[in-house]
Amino acid sequence: MSDPMRIRAQAAGDKATVRVLMSHEMETGQRKDAAGKVIPAWYIQEVTASHNGKVVLTAQWGTSISKNPFLQFNIKGAKAGDKVSIAWVDNHGDRRSDEATVA
Amino acid sequence: MKRFVQAALGALVAGGVALVATAQTKSTADGIAEYRRMLEDGNPAELFEAKGEALWKQPRGPKQATLEACDLGKGPGVVQGAWVELPRWFADTGRVQDLESRLLTCMQTLQGFDAAALAKTPFGQGEMHTLEALAAWISGESRGLKFALPQAHPQERRMYELGRRAFYFRGGPMDFACATCHGEPGKRIRLQDLPDLRGNPGNGVGFAAWPAYRVSSGEMWSLQHRLNDCYRQQRFPYPGYASEVTIALGVFMGVNARGSESIAPALKR
Repeated sequence: MSDPMRIRAQAAGDKATVRVLMSHEMETGQRKDAAGKVIPAWYIQEVTASHNGKVVLTAQWGTSISKNPFLQFNIKGAKAGDKVSIAWVDNHGDRRSDEATVA
Repeated sequence: MKRFVQAALGALVAGGVALVATAQTKSTADGIAEYRRMLEDGNPAELFEAKGEALWKQPRGPKQATLEACDLGKGPGVVQGAWVELPRWFADTGRVQDLESRLLTCMQTLQGFDAAALAKTPFGQGEMHTLEALAAWISGESRGLKFALPQAHPQERRMYELGRRAFYFRGGPMDFACATCHGEPGKRIRLQDLPDLRGNPGNGVGFAAWPAYRVSSGEMWSLQHRLNDCYRQQRFPYPGYASEVTIALGVFMGVNARGSESIAPALKR
């Protein structure tokens, strides 16, 4: 079971800035462990952001994204009190979804 | 860009080469500071803080107990402000303890873990993940507070003196001491400033910047991990998790940092 994301969404003017921290190993599949065996790739493949249930961003990710990734973006027209939810799916098929309210 | 133009204009007006040189040195340091500010916004240490808080409140170990009754020096269960007063003397164990050795005590007495076995766990494995998350959360609860380590007890003063001696003790295959790198102001290795730890290096620097998340390795490092690794870099063996010398160095640096603001858990390259 993966750890929860940290989502902060701050409204300013006609947009809201969303900052997301995800807890994920993002293993590239290129590293070897102490015994010389390849550590299998394990990374987030798809990220989806929704604003009040409507998808506003989808991203295809790969192994070049860092461990514990940080994602920041703006949503036009988002106001305080709106719901922002972020979901990811990794190459194991594990998924995680968290929601925050725009402040 | 604007700064560059200003520097160029300044050089024209003054007609001096020296001014250009100063402007460039300054912009290197500025560049590093700017890079750090950009990273600060998304410090993954936050993820570990959240994990640490959950672990504090979760029944664990053979006794299935939480750590909420753990006394970190300000009374059972008091977390806020505890970090900036550690290491300190604890009457129940009869020792000066830092945060992590104290957590080992609590994990043994409250949760039934074997503290000695926990201390032998290699960094980055098993219960070390628990300890680093707890350290991240507990230090974060003192963010912005000023260091005020107690020095009233004779044992606390003894540990300060022991830490001072360890800091200047030269040895190992490279004849290194902590003071070799941290005994002079204004030094850096690549992009890393080396704080002068003989005195107070200032707010959020040196002792006041650990535990920290290290971007290069994607790991949360506690102060114990940092100090043990300092010894490894000097080509000494690890002195050991929660060993007396690492606690003594904590007292030395912490007392020196009195009045400085803690920014822990910080972000490092």
